[in-house]
Formats: sequence, structure tokens, C-alpha cells
Amino acid sequence: MSTTTSSGTRRISIDPVTRLEGHGKIDIFLDADGEVADCFFQVPELRGFERFCEGRPVEELPRITPRICGVCPEAHLMASAKACDEVYGIELPPTARMLRELQYCLFYVTDHATHFYALGGPDFVMGPESDPATRNLIGVIGKVGLEIAGKVIRCRQWGHEAAAIFGGRPVNPVNAIPGGMSKPLSAEERNRLDEIACYMVEFAEFTLELFRSVVLGNQQYVDLILNGPYRHATYSMGLVDAKNRSNYYDGEVRVVDPDGRELVKYPPRDYLQHVAERVEPWTYLKFPYLKAVGWKGLVDGKESGVYRATPQSRLNVADAMSTPKAQAAYEQYFETLTGDRSGKRPVHHTLAIHWARVVEMINAAERALELVRDPEITNQEKYRALPTRTPSEGVGCVEAPRGTLTHHYITDENGIVRRANLIVGTTNNHAAISMSIKQAAQGLIHRGVEVSEGLLNKIEMAFRAYDPCYGCATHSLPGQMPMTVRVRAADGTVLAEGRRAARGSDNG
Amino acid sequence: MNAVSKAKVAMYWAGSCGGCDISLLEIGPHLLELVAAADVVFWPCAADFKYHHVASYPDGYIDLCLFNGSVRNSEQERMARLLRQKSKTLVAYGACAISGGIPALANLATPEELFARSYTDCPSVDNPGGVLPRTETESLVGELEIPHFYPQVLRLSDIVEVDYLIPGCPPQATRVWEVCQAFLGGALPARAHEQLAGCTDKSVCDECTLEKRLVKISGFRRHHEAIPEPGWCLLEQGFVCLGAATRSGCGALCTKVNMPCRGCYGPSGEARDQGAAFIGALGSLLNAELEARAGELIDQIVDPAGTFYRFTMSDGDLKGHR
Repeated sequence: MSTTTSSGTRRISIDPVTRLEGHGKIDIFLDADGEVADCFFQVPELRGFERFCEGRPVEELPRITPRICGVCPEAHLMASAKACDEVYGIELPPTARMLRELQYCLFYVTDHATHFYALGGPDFVMGPESDPATRNLIGVIGKVGLEIAGKVIRCRQWGHEAAAIFGGRPVNPVNAIPGGMSKPLSAEERNRLDEIACYMVEFAEFTLELFRSVVLGNQQYVDLILNGPYRHATYSMGLVDAKNRSNYYDGEVRVVDPDGRELVKYPPRDYLQHVAERVEPWTYLKFPYLKAVGWKGLVDGKESGVYRATPQSRLNVADAMSTPKAQAAYEQYFETLTGDRSGKRPVHHTLAIHWARVVEMINAAERALELVRDPEITNQEKYRALPTRTPSEGVGCVEAPRGTLTHHYITDENGIVRRANLIVGTTNNHAAISMSIKQAAQGLIHRGVEVSEGLLNKIEMAFRAYDPCYGCATHSLPGQMPMTVRVRAADGTVLAEGRRAARGSDNG
Repeated sequence: MNAVSKAKVAMYWAGSCGGCDISLLEIGPHLLELVAAADVVFWPCAADFKYHHVASYPDGYIDLCLFNGSVRNSEQERMARLLRQKSKTLVAYGACAISGGIPALANLATPEELFARSYTDCPSVDNPGGVLPRTETESLVGELEIPHFYPQVLRLSDIVEVDYLIPGCPPQATRVWEVCQAFLGGALPARAHEQLAGCTDKSVCDECTLEKRLVKISGFRRHHEAIPEPGWCLLEQGFVCLGAATRSGCGALCTKVNMPCRGCYGPSGEARDQGAAFIGALGSLLNAELEARAGELIDQIVDPAGTFYRFTMSDGDLKGHR
């Protein structure tokens, strides 16, 4: 869709952006020479969770905030429950903590699998410029065959069965509460979860093999990852345990600079000292940045406070992985991309986030297996603790699959919420996603180059790598994230028309 | 739909969280059957069709459109109208599209308050100039537009005629598949007037396996304050549970893990106002001979508005009371 603006530039719109969670639109503006003058990624919605959490009993927030995102409800469930623990000053019993991490790790594998196979994967399996009518999960199933499709469906199905074992419901489980979990795990349930975790490890390893053959085995894709217009040297953020290894459920927030040196490591409750958010009038979504570095606009580099919080960022901040198979995958990832298997040199190739996501799948699956085999996991008493203190204030933080997620609540003495503040996974990456889209547009659109549907899809691939969730990000305002790309020229004419493929009636 | 061409199906999200889209994916292996019987012609979450594709379809081109999410801005309204025009059957899918869902709790506040909490009066925000998002912004290269934010969260049926309602937050996948089969098999007529599907006319209590001992409630407790006795009705134990006033279809999943129902399937039976229905049901369950004592007990319930209307704040009867 291409139109001319009153400023005389030409605008190409991608509306909505697709294969992601939530709404968004891309406007690309072309100057008189047919080059990209600027590019805006807009999030058109807000829902206002911060405000309507006020007045609610704080123990209800783990039931309310998961509706920020039905794709990653467990992330909000856990961050919210952790904030509640702190509001009531409850020290979690060990089994409660393990149960939460187990539930979370199984969710992690499932969620990453969804992105790999249904959202991001079709660009590689089907090809970035393939027919858009089949560039989706159904097309992937048709191409890879029913046997592999069956594996994927089973991963998702079993993942949701696990969610239901813990939390009753396969989507939006309800079991994490202030002080722990709403019920203990029975021996029978544990056995089933053991089976599921074993399968998840196997499936994650299979996915890495698939990534190697489909993506790394294709020189064109390797070239696109390494040399395409998809690279930003930014700060990286992620949670780490006491040994600086990745942890998705708990830990301290570590930030490293574009060269891999630690900028800061802080307990999540100190987040306001380290992160602030900019507001721009042209989008409903805010732009977080590192306060110690400062906001320099939508630019990368060491002088810019823009950071990323993605699977890649988490590998960048981690000194190692906590499990053996993931460690091997981590070393291979860094060796290939930086030449240094230690992981000390960060990776900044945006499309390699897909690879990092698979490394995390293996890590989360292995960690789930460790936890499910801990004899204390079925302890019938230590699954929750009752509050004894007057409620006040708390911060809960987990690594959502899409970035560091922070819930911050202040309550009155009856535990009624007075104020709530949320910085969600995707919002962390808002600046970087905007920059990545612009970089891709500038790298791909030039005078004389046909702005084909496939070219526009390659621009969308820049955001898809982040697995963004604008359901999450727009918790504050109603957000719309399907994407539009528009380009306009300075003389007011239509420079190029970005068209998607004709109606895909055989999209299946 | 006819025997020669496959049915055309669309799934759209307006003011939603994506959970409804996930619930459709959760039909699992049946997804393969679904795509064998129908072509997806629009599904932003999973397929690369854009708005201009939908606009180019002839009227009534889409046989079945599952519309999830509430309507809170001009773009969502535009899409609701466009999809109504292009669809033979339009389904309000999930609690948000039917009755506002959890985002409709925002109807307890004004847009100004919502904006303030997100953009100005927020501890992490760096916004000394008090910048707020606005519908149109002039940039150096051209004007930028974002949708107009509405004062309230609206239901799909506030905008266009709706044929079917599939309740739940999200709808349970097994129910969804049953409805899809009924539709594709021709068991459901294309047009209807807000006909419920994927649920029953009973209540969650009818599906719940916890034992009712017919004990009157002598006090209310919050779920984090006490560990419930296993196997016993949560409401009788004093935990506010909306099962009695909520239509069934979910399988009473929350009470299976000791958590009370919050009413996501909407009001049961003939009731239109879920909160009023619950208060009515509660009346006979309180251990209170006198009205004054009943009032004292009810006063123990924190946040009745946000609890009794957790998923139905946009419902018609509540309009004008926000």
C-alpha cells in the first residue's frame, strides 16, 4: 500500500504486521531519490492495566495480569505472584519455588516452540520471499511432513497439559498465589510431568538439529544472518543466577555493554534506579532505556542507552548455561558467530535470535527435567506459605520469553492495590525493534528496486526475530500490532508500491 | 459454502491478549482437520494476509469469522465493520468480544486516568514534557497516525450484528472444536442472533466436583489467607467463587486446583447481569437470619465490582453505571 504524504515523501505501509502476537504497523517514507528517509513502527493500542489494577485485591493480580498476554500468561502469572510474595514479605518454601520454576520451564519450551514453528520459522522453512499464502504453520506442515508436524503439535499439546496439571487451565493457568502454589503435586502428576519433560528435551534437541539443517545448512540464510541489514550493537539484559548463568524464573538483572563488559547487575527491586521509559506522541508504546547511559534516540552503540532483552541478550549476559546439552549448544552458537566459544564476546546479529531461542529451549527443558526429579518436588506441605506480615510493596521479575518482565505493586494495609507499574518483555525491545525495522528498510529499499511483497516480508523478519508480543506491550493502552509498511517520495509521487501476494484462497 | 469450494475461515484479534488465538491452536491435531475442510483467509497471528487483502474480498466472502477482543479504538471498530461486511457468519469469540472481558475493568476509570498512569504519572517514565500519544503526529517526513482511543471498552455487538457467541477466557479448545465441526458440518445456520455456542445453560457448580455440604457461609476469606479443605465447595468455605452464577462449558477447571471461579464464561441460565445473579445466589447461602447480618457478611467481600463483574463490565445492563 503506497501513498503520498503532504510533506511530499512517499509512504509504504505494512498494515497489519503479521505472525506475531498483537498489533502493529510499519510506515516507510521514501525521499525524492527513492531512498528510505525514515521509518516508523507504530503500536496502535493501549489497554490500561496499570490503572485498572488499582483498587483490586493484590492476590487477584496473578489472575488478572495474565490477560495482558494469552500467549505468555505464565510469565505474568509468575511475575505477579513473585511481586505478591514480596508485598506480603513471604519467604517461599523450597518446594513452592521449585514448582514454580518447573511450571515456568515447561511453559518456556512450549512458548519458544510456538515461535520457532508457527511465527518465525515459516520465513526460513518456506523462504523469506515465498508465496505468502503458504508462508505459515500450515505451509510448514505441508513441507516438513506429518511426522515432524506431529512432534510439534505434541510439544504444544503436552506443554498445555503440563500447564493444566499445575494451574487447571491449559491457557491462563491460575495456580500461582502469594506464598506459593494453590496445590501440591501428586506422585502421579509428577510421573506424567517427567514424561513430558523427557519429551521436551528430545524435542528441543530435534529442533536444534532442524535449525542446523534448514537454516545453517543454507548458505543464503547464513549470509542473510551474518551480512544482511540485521545487526545492532546494543546493550544486553537478562536474569542470571549466582553463577551468572541464565535463569528464567529468578535471579538478578545483569546488563552487559556492546563489547560484553558488565555495566551493572542489580536485584529486580532496584529497577527504577536503572531503567526509565520515554514517551513519543506517535505510538502508544513507551521506549525503555538504561538510565546510566541515557536516552540518545533510536540509535545503537555504547553511548546509547538502548538495550535488548531477547534470547540472544540472555546468552550475551550469561557466562554459561546451567545444563550440559544447552552449554554445548551455547558454545557452538558463540563459536560460529563470534569465533569465541566462551561467550565473552556478545552476538548482535538480529536474525541469530532465532538460534539463541533454540539454545534456551534445550536449557529450559533440561532444567525442567532436573526439577521434576528432585524428591522434594512432591512435598505435600511445602508448596505454599501463608502471609503473616502487613502487605506493602513488592517487585516481581522473571524472564518472559520476549524479555525481562517486571511487575511492581504498592498496596494499602489490606492488600488493596494503590499503584501498579509494569515493564513487559517486548517493551524493553521497542527501541531496538524500531531500529531493526528501519535498518532492514534502508538496507533493502533503494531507487530502482521493486518493493515486492517478499521484500516487505524481509522487513517484517527484522521484528519477527524478537518474537514481539504487542498484546503484552500494549497492556497500558489498547494495542494493535498487525503491521503496515508505507513509503512516500519527496515530490509527492508514489515511488514504490509494496504489495502482498494476491488473495491466498488456497492458504489452507 | 458448497461441496466444491472449501469454507473460508478468518480469525481476528481486536482489543485482546492473543489467548483466544492460542485456544484455536489448542485444538491440536484437529487443526489439520480444520485446514483440510477450510481455507484460512485472514489470521494476523499466524498468516500473512493484510488489511488490504480483506478489503479486496467480495462481501460475504468469508464463511466463518471468529472475532476476538473488545473494541476500544477506531481501528478495531473499522475492522469489526469490515469483517461483518465480508463475513456470512460473525462470531464473538471469547469474553472480551462478548462482554468486554478483563480489559473492560478499565471502564471503572476514565481515558485520562489510563493515559496518566501509563505516560505521565508512572514511576519509570521519563517524560518531563508530559507527552501523550495522539492520533496524528507530524514528523519531518510525513504525518503519522494511530487509532483514536475510545472512552470505554465496547463489545463487538455494540458495533455490528453478531451471529454467535463462544464464551470463555479463553474458550476451551474442546468446545471450540465442537462448534467448528457443527459449523462446517452445516449443523449451525449461517445467521443467528447472538446465539450461544460452546457452552451449556447450566452453571459451573453443576460441573464442579467439589462437595456441597449445604453449610451456610459465616464469613468470607481471601484465597491467599487460608488453605481450603480439599474436596469441599470453596464458597461454603468462605472463598468467593462465582461458579453458581457462571455458565458452564469450561469443565470447572479452576476449582480443580483449589482456585475459585471468577466467571469467565459469563452469566448462567437466563441471567443477563452476572453480578446481580451472584448476589442473588449468595442471599440464600449466608448464615444470616437478619438482613443487617447479611449486609455485614457481604461487606467482608473486598472489591465486589471488580470480582462479580470481572469479565462482564461492558455488558449492556452496566452501561451508564461506570
